[in-house]
Amino acid sequence: MQRLERIFLSMAGLAGALTLWQVLAWAGLYPRYLFPWPGDVLQCVSQQLRQGVLGEHIAVSLFRFSGGYLAAAVVAIPLGLLLGWWRRLWVAVDPLVQVLRPISPIAWLPLVTLWFGIGDLPAIVIIFMAAFYPILLGTVTAVKNVDPVYIKVAKNFGASGRHILWRVIVPAAFPYITMGLHFALGTAWVFLVAGEMMGVRSGLGFLIIDARNSMDTGLVVAGMLVIGLLGLAIDRLFGWLERLACRRWGIVEEEGSRWPR
Amino acid sequence: MAAIKIEARGVTMAYTDKAGRSLPVLREVTLEVQEGEFVCLLGPSGCGKSTLLNILAGFEAPEEGEMRIDGRSVTGPDPRYLTIFQNYGLFPWRSVLGNVEYGLEIQGVPASRRRATAMEYLRLVGLLPFAHHHPRQLSGGMQQRVALARALAVDPDVIFMDEPFGALDAITRIKMQEELQRIWQQKKKTIVFVTHDIDEAVYLADRVVLFTSNPGRIKTVISIPISRPRDRSSPDFAALRDQIFTAFQMKQEGEPGEPEYYI
Repeated sequence: MQRLERIFLSMAGLAGALTLWQVLAWAGLYPRYLFPWPGDVLQCVSQQLRQGVLGEHIAVSLFRFSGGYLAAAVVAIPLGLLLGWWRRLWVAVDPLVQVLRPISPIAWLPLVTLWFGIGDLPAIVIIFMAAFYPILLGTVTAVKNVDPVYIKVAKNFGASGRHILWRVIVPAAFPYITMGLHFALGTAWVFLVAGEMMGVRSGLGFLIIDARNSMDTGLVVAGMLVIGLLGLAIDRLFGWLERLACRRWGIVEEEGSRWPR
Repeated sequence: MAAIKIEARGVTMAYTDKAGRSLPVLREVTLEVQEGEFVCLLGPSGCGKSTLLNILAGFEAPEEGEMRIDGRSVTGPDPRYLTIFQNYGLFPWRSVLGNVEYGLEIQGVPASRRRATAMEYLRLVGLLPFAHHHPRQLSGGMQQRVALARALAVDPDVIFMDEPFGALDAITRIKMQEELQRIWQQKKKTIVFVTHDIDEAVYLADRVVLFTSNPGRIKTVISIPISRPRDRSSPDFAALRDQIFTAFQMKQEGEPGEPEYYI
């Protein structure tokens, strides 16, 4: 499909949804205090922008998100390399991970606020938890799936264990690690609102909760839209960086598998 | 007579399957390879020829028996004895040049000398113009030539080749055999080459070691006394090919109409 056609179709889809929304609103199919009209949302956004608060909320949310996400990457990637490389350790740790992983970060919220009080930290910890498991599991799988022939070749040339880890395993696993990082990005972004529901007085999550408390549905939806659009932008940015890295790594993206076998 | 380079004495190997049964792979294999010799291990799949190669190269330890190269026991992989694999084993994150430099890098050769040596071997395999490509951008035959250059760059004594041309199409394969023959004559390395292709073995080898399966044993060893470069259509070539066919009992003699093997 051509690029222009793609852009046109996605724009048409968005415009269609907006039109439908406006038509339903005009038809009076729902009371305006339960769900805003498109115009209400637009007005809220422009008002927030004029007051300069929206920018602040976005900035503080992005700060907490990147803090939690980067911390998760810094902890989970080395841990994943270790667990993927040392099979026995992984067998020992795997059951624990499988039990902890399905627990939503939201379930941790009472404990997290108990431990970390109020402020930025609980939100950062929630994001950290949401990003941690996808990155960890992605890295472990990446290391496990490294083609054994690379290790055989390295050993044959007399490479040391440390060399094999840093110069063979890490680069061989890299494209799959970035897949885990990409996946974690989306997962963690979803938990932004949850992380900012308690103990903070700023951020997009707070904006939504605060608007709900004052029954301002227009602002609620405005906050939701901003989160959605920012999430999309972050995802696209990461995708772009990933493609750039893959090109540098000599990977052809169209193929189903990233490494030639 | 040249010195003995590689010797395997009574090498026996078995794998344990999931049910805990022991599956014999090699039984009492004894083999000597002379310095500078080109030996092909030929046999059907599952005859243990690749396992023997893995043991010779130090990737696996035999259950019983002794393996010596240059009179020293084989205890593990060694850069003096390099293996070339069927799926090339090139590092996709390195350029062609980076791949060829790899072994020299591990040996701590300074960058400028590393580059010069790598370029020299890329020229030998005819891939100099592709030095800055990624392996991914090359055809299978070209990738295997990169792997060959990478191995030769560290100047090994022995090259083990595990069905190196098995993934290539018939025409590329023939070209690669010619190329390997040329390089072998130039560099005079000892080569142990695993294949299941009879023509390939007759074309390349000084001696062909025939394996039979269940468990893998050496059936016989056939010398190929044809001078190089060899002509695949010569009567000598055909006669030796025939001899191998007969040894594998793939030619019917005696009672016609009664097949000795089933597919």
